[in-house]
Amino acid sequence: MNAQGGITPLVMPKWGLEMREGTIAGWLIDEGARLSVGTPVVDVETDKISNSVEAPDAGLLRRKVAKEGEVLPVKALLAVLAEPEVSDADIDAFIAAYEVPAAEGDEADEGAAFQWAEVNGIRVRYARRGPEAGVPVLFVHGFGGDLGNWLFNLDAVAESAPVIALDLPGHGQSDAKLPGTSLAALADFVAQFLDGIGVERVHWVGHSMGGAIGAQFARQYPQRVASLALVASAGLGPEIDGGYIDGFVRAASRRELKPVVEMLFADPSLVSRQLLDDLLRYKRIDGVTELLGALGGALFGGGRQAALPATQLLAADLPLLVVWGADDRVIPAAHAKAAPAGAAVAVLPGAGHMVMMEKAGEVNALLRKHLAR
Amino acid sequence: MARKISMKQAINEALDQEMARDPSVIMMGEDIVGGAGGEGERDAWGGVLGVTKGLYAKHGDRLMDTPLSESAYIGAAIGAACCGMRPVAELMFVDFMGVCFDQIFNQAAKFKYMFGGKAETPVVIRAMCGGGFRAAAQHSQMLTPLFTHIPGLKVVCPSTPYDTKGLLIQSIRDNDPVIFLEHKNLYGFEGEVPEALYAIPFGEANVVREGKGATIVTYGLMVHRALDAAAALAKEGVECEVVDLRTLSPIDMDTVLESVEKTGHLVCVDEANPRCSIACDVSAQVAQTAFGALKGPIQMVTAPHTPVPFAPVLEDLYIPSAAQIAAAVKRARTGGRH
Repeated sequence: MNAQGGITPLVMPKWGLEMREGTIAGWLIDEGARLSVGTPVVDVETDKISNSVEAPDAGLLRRKVAKEGEVLPVKALLAVLAEPEVSDADIDAFIAAYEVPAAEGDEADEGAAFQWAEVNGIRVRYARRGPEAGVPVLFVHGFGGDLGNWLFNLDAVAESAPVIALDLPGHGQSDAKLPGTSLAALADFVAQFLDGIGVERVHWVGHSMGGAIGAQFARQYPQRVASLALVASAGLGPEIDGGYIDGFVRAASRRELKPVVEMLFADPSLVSRQLLDDLLRYKRIDGVTELLGALGGALFGGGRQAALPATQLLAADLPLLVVWGADDRVIPAAHAKAAPAGAAVAVLPGAGHMVMMEKAGEVNALLRKHLAR
Repeated sequence: MARKISMKQAINEALDQEMARDPSVIMMGEDIVGGAGGEGERDAWGGVLGVTKGLYAKHGDRLMDTPLSESAYIGAAIGAACCGMRPVAELMFVDFMGVCFDQIFNQAAKFKYMFGGKAETPVVIRAMCGGGFRAAAQHSQMLTPLFTHIPGLKVVCPSTPYDTKGLLIQSIRDNDPVIFLEHKNLYGFEGEVPEALYAIPFGEANVVREGKGATIVTYGLMVHRALDAAAALAKEGVECEVVDLRTLSPIDMDTVLESVEKTGHLVCVDEANPRCSIACDVSAQVAQTAFGALKGPIQMVTAPHTPVPFAPVLEDLYIPSAAQIAAAVKRARTGGRH
C-alpha cells in the first residue's frame, strides 16, 4: 500500500484469481482505533469464502468508506488510515479523488496466471508469482485439495519471495493420474516437476498430506530443501480421521459432501455453495474417485497414517515450522508436540484443519518470520 | 483443464469423447453427418445447427444419416440398444417425437419392466426443444412433461454447457432410455467446461443461487430468466434461491423441499404449457409433503395453454419473462395478492 501525504488506503483484496468483487459483511474496528499490521479490520464475503481484511500497515483508522452490505470491486477503497495531523479536508479530498484501478486485463491475466508442465506424461497445473530472485516458496496442498487452498497465502508471501503452487497429480486441474500412491512416489514426482520448470531448491510449505510429502522429499533430497513449513500436517503421528477420508472419497452429491467438508473448518459456515461446487466438479472427473480411494487407502487406510517421515527430521539440519489449528478434526493438533526438537511450533485457537484459510493473517505472519530465518 | 465453450460445443465434445472411449456408442439421425463429400464447408455439415460437425471425420460409419422417417430410426436405435450398442439418436426437434411415441412409450420405456428387469435399453434420444427461435408451433414446444409422465424414461434438460457435457455423458453411460432435451436458444451460451470426461449423476438438482426470501424451481432456459428475476429482486431486498432441477426424471425433490423449508415460499417456473406441467408436479409434491413449511400460496409461471405463436411479438410474450417471475415471487410473498 502506498501512503500518499500520510494517508494509507485500505482496499478490497483479491482473494484468488476468480474474485472480482466482495460484499462488506461487517466492520470489526471503530473509527479512531489504532491498528497494528495484521489487525482484522472488516469482514468481506465472496461467493467462495468469507474472511477478514487486515490492516496493511500500522496506523490510525480515520475513516470507514465502505458501508455494510455494499458490494464493491477488487481494489475499491474500504477505509483510510492516517495520523491525527492529517486534516479531515485532506482525507475528504483523498476519498473524492480515489479511483478504483482497472482490473488487470481479467481473462488474459487469468490465462497467464496458471501454467502447465508435463511431468512423466501427467499434465500439471501450477502458478508462479512474486519476484524473480531468491529461493522459491513451494506450496503443496493436501489430500483432495488444490492450489486454491492457498488463496489467502500466495499473494501475501509473494510480496517478498517468489512463490510456486501446484496441483498435485490426480488433484485440481492436473491430469487425473497418479505416479504412485506412496509418499516417496509423490516426492519423486514433485522433484521431477521442479526439474522440469528449472527450480533446484525450494522452501517447502505443505498442508496435511502435502506436508508429509515435503518431509519425505526432505529425506530423499536434503540438498533441495531450504526450509520446511508443516501446516496441519500428516506425517507427525499415526492418528487421522478415517471417516473424513472415506467420506470425502465417497461423497457424490452436495448433500453428502457438505458435512464432510465442514469437518475441515472450526467455523462450518465458511463452507460455501461455491466451495462445494468446485469440489464436486473435481470429484466427478472420470477416474478421480478411484484414484482418491487408492491414495487414501495407501496413506491413511483404516484411519492410521502409514508413514511418519516428519518425525525423523532434524531441526538442526533444516529450519522447521509447525502450524496447527487447535480445533483440527482431521489430524489432531496434539501431533504438533511430535515436531522435531528445535522446530518453531504454533497452535492457533479458533481454527480447524484449513488453518491457513481460517487464520490466514496469522499463518502468513508465521510464514514470513519462518522464511526470514 | 477447463475453458469457455458453448453448449453446442459441449454436446459435440461429450459425443466425441464418449465415442472415442466406448466403441459401442453409435449415432443415427437426420443429417447428422450432413452430406459427406460436399465442397468445403458443405462437407459433412453436422445436423441442422452443426452440432455434430466433425464427428463423421473422426468416427466414420459409426454415424449414420437416416431417411426422413423418425419412427423407423428411433425404433432401430432402440433395437440396437437392446442388442448391446449404446445408440444416440438425434431427432432434430422434440416436436417430431409424436410420430414415434409407440417405440418410445410402449417399447423402450417398458422393456426393463416387462422382461423381469433383465433387459437393458441404453438408448439416448437427443432433440432440440423450446421457443424463441421463430420456428413456429411445430418446432418450438417444451414437451418435457410428456416424457416425465412415463415411468421407465429418464428426462434431462440442462441449462449450462458444464451440465450439458456431464449429463450427456451420464445419459450415454446410463442403462435406461434417456430423453435428452437441448434448448436451442442456449446453444450459443458459453461457460467453463473441463476438457476431461466427467458425469453428473441424475436426480441431483443444482442450487444456482442461494437466498432465504423465496424458492424458484425451474430448469432449462428458464433458469437464466429466474436468475435475472432474482438479481432484480435482490435490488429490492428479496434474496431468492434458484433451484435448477437439471433432470426431471428422476427429480430431486429433497433439494426442493430443503429450500422451501428454509424460504417458506415457492414459485415454479416452466416453459411448458401449464396443464400437467413440471411446475404442476413440483407444486403438488411440495403442497403434499411440506404444506406446513409454506408461508404463502405456491405460484406458477408457465407458457399459456396455447400453441407457440409464430408472430415474434406474440412469441416473446408467450415465453415466461424475468418480470413475470419477479411478479410471481412478490405474489407468493404477499399471500397471493398483487
